[in-house]
Amino acid sequence: MNDIRPSEPLIQFRSVRKAFGDQTVLDGVDLTIEQGVVTTIIGRSGVGKSVLLKHVVGLLRPDGGEILYRGDNLLTLSRSVRRSLKSKISYMFQNMALFDSMTVFENIALPLEEKTRLSKGEIRKRVFERIVQLDLGDFPDKYPAQLSGGMRKRVALARALITGPEIILFDEPTTGLDPIRKNAVFNMIARYQREFGFTAVVVSHDIPDVFQISQKVAMLEEGRIIFDGTREEVLSSRNPLVRQFIEGQENPETTLVSNIPEEDAK
Amino acid sequence: MPASDNIAVSFVASLGRVAIQTILEMGRIALFFLNSLIKTFSPPYSLKRLLEQIHFIGMKSLFVVSLTGLFTGMVLGLHGYYTLSRVGSEGLLGAAVALTLIRELGPVLAALMLTGRAGSSIAAEIGIMRISEQIDALDTMDINPVRFLVAPRVAASIICFPLLAAVFDVIGIIGGYLTGVCLLGVNSGIYIAKMEAFVDMKDVREGFIKAFVFSLIVSIVCCYQGYTTHKRKGGFGARGVGESTTTAVVMSSVLILVVDYVVGTFLL
Repeated sequence: MNDIRPSEPLIQFRSVRKAFGDQTVLDGVDLTIEQGVVTTIIGRSGVGKSVLLKHVVGLLRPDGGEILYRGDNLLTLSRSVRRSLKSKISYMFQNMALFDSMTVFENIALPLEEKTRLSKGEIRKRVFERIVQLDLGDFPDKYPAQLSGGMRKRVALARALITGPEIILFDEPTTGLDPIRKNAVFNMIARYQREFGFTAVVVSHDIPDVFQISQKVAMLEEGRIIFDGTREEVLSSRNPLVRQFIEGQENPETTLVSNIPEEDAK
Repeated sequence: MPASDNIAVSFVASLGRVAIQTILEMGRIALFFLNSLIKTFSPPYSLKRLLEQIHFIGMKSLFVVSLTGLFTGMVLGLHGYYTLSRVGSEGLLGAAVALTLIRELGPVLAALMLTGRAGSSIAAEIGIMRISEQIDALDTMDINPVRFLVAPRVAASIICFPLLAAVFDVIGIIGGYLTGVCLLGVNSGIYIAKMEAFVDMKDVREGFIKAFVFSLIVSIVCCYQGYTTHKRKGGFGARGVGESTTTAVVMSSVLILVVDYVVGTFLL
């Protein structure tokens, strides 16, 4: 726990509720994202982790409750503050959401071309820096459809990092990557995080690997945060749902059966 | 509650639902229309994207518009000749062909061809960007999707539709000349002279106004259908994009014909 620096709350969820039709996804989420910290959100598939992240970037609006950015309600921020917040946030989509009629280079360069006044040469330099770092040197002129899933993941990562954002939301950044690349991505997130000190929220199923880079872990279950603590706390947690989730990943043959009585008990 | 009450109540309820849905949808289209216009005419402009769209919407449609223009003109020449010759006034063929094309068929048929060729692909392209979250991605990058995707297409349409309607007119008049003069033997001097005598600047202006109105209708309706693909009921993913494209083409085509009549009445 010594590795957590004293930090202030950057984004706070206060009893956030969200339903799609009659399906309630978030049912009173309380969560604090601290500045300069990597927070990982775990939870079963379809439990609403991506929905939670989309509220931060404003793609979704809560039905109830509020989301605070440095203490101010996200929904009532003035236009200029909201835009300046948007320019500080990067969101890496679960399905990458690359622009499929643009090349890899154009994809990564787009945020710089549209939102900065950098010269063409400077943009080229910065983009190629990222391309080389992410091992994409052979494909700057390829289109996303011509790349493998793992490569696309790295293009999406490069695009999320290119503007040097202060807050990055990673929605399953390593799903579908081979173990070597997965570690490379985690290492890169950790390294950049140390270097630039950005705040990161990571949604990931890669347990326990993702714990290596996260200082805080929160678990979403049934629309609520049922656990919120440090990496060490999650590993030593006695909460049966947390234990089951973490261990379930390691012993797949035991979980499916043991899941059932737990669910019914609630 | 008696069964007849139930039926009556549910009938009124469903009628109300349809009415509310329709009005809501019309409101959404109107807001999108306004938003697109504002984004199209306010800076910053992107010359690169505008030129790309002019190339796609205008340049690439040139051949198909010319072809339809040629055959439309030839058909007009053919039927115009036989109708006019019955009353012995085949000398008016040039004027008849030119007026029909310039006032009506040029803008309308060019717009319909553009809807089929460019409008459908605009709806499909934006629809796919919507369902694959590319529009959300733009939004998270603080790039306004309407400014980025819709504005260049609307601007390019405003530029291309009148020009292509003019091309349609000219090639149609040449087509009428081919059948009327070359095949059926109308005097070529009379064909041209009557055309010159009967066509006013007012007619040309009316054609251009129509083409301008159609450009707004087609580009914004097609963009809107693609942009709201994810909100379609019952159609998700590829099928949703297909339905959006169909709706875009049908709605644009119907609106072109309806608005053509309305604008035509006002401009008479």
